[in-house]
Amino acid sequence: MRLTRRYKFCASHRLHAAALSDEENRAVYGKCNNPYGHGHDYVLEICVKGPVDAETGRVVNVAVLDQLVNARILRELDHKFLNVEVAEFADVSPTTENLSLMVKNRLLAEWIDTFTDGRPALELVRIQETKRNTIEVGTE
Amino acid sequence: MAMLITRRVDFSASHVCSNPQLTESENRALYGAAANPHGHGHNYVLEVTVAGDPDPVTGMVMDLKYLKEVLNREVVEPMDHRMLNREVPPFERVIPTTENLAIEVWRRLLPHLNTRSTRLHSIRLYETEDLFVDYRGSEAG
Repeated sequence: MRLTRRYKFCASHRLHAAALSDEENRAVYGKCNNPYGHGHDYVLEICVKGPVDAETGRVVNVAVLDQLVNARILRELDHKFLNVEVAEFADVSPTTENLSLMVKNRLLAEWIDTFTDGRPALELVRIQETKRNTIEVGTE
Repeated sequence: MAMLITRRVDFSASHVCSNPQLTESENRALYGAAANPHGHGHNYVLEVTVAGDPDPVTGMVMDLKYLKEVLNREVVEPMDHRMLNREVPPFERVIPTTENLAIEVWRRLLPHLNTRSTRLHSIRLYETEDLFVDYRGSEAG
């Protein structure tokens, strides 16, 4: 069974690829290349997959998942300027694609220590940047 | 290639999530506020997806009136405005987590939605806007 938990965070970013010229960056990213940055109310969905535990009736201890996501993701992204304040984006353009990969990698890095019996598995990370744009990344 | 149709219904119910074999503090640690013995409620939203090919005559995968009747009879009528632990079997002995509720909904719907031309594909059950489960039957995991 899959269980999905939804979170929200607000952050600003500037899309800018170091390997491209200023003119190329403007052409690729348009308004998102504005040097002062701009922001979004992101919606983050974390989907986990596993068997329903016979004793607890649950796929995951939601409080433990919340703790992990709060500590490693929300606390470090909410109301931050991603390019400046989040290490992964020092040299990487904080597109929603790269943001999804960052969230996945951070969660996977602590997954086994958090869910020590290996259950549930992290199934996918979905980030809605605006109502018009959603990125989904699996873990396989 | 089968087509998928999804119908949504909602129902409001109360429940208590606690395991009688655990202590009160263990239940608090496991279920948080949901372990409150007096119960609490949710506006559940259930999305039911049926797979099949459109009938060549009617152009329908499944008669939506029939689907609506099944969802109302099997899920909404027995569960809406009920205390799950006390009024809806098997939750007098099964902990009514969203996961177990999804399994029970699936069990109730399966015989009516697996027909000659359709099969029950998946269900999504929202406990709140911020928490939902997807279930495709025990074989799909």
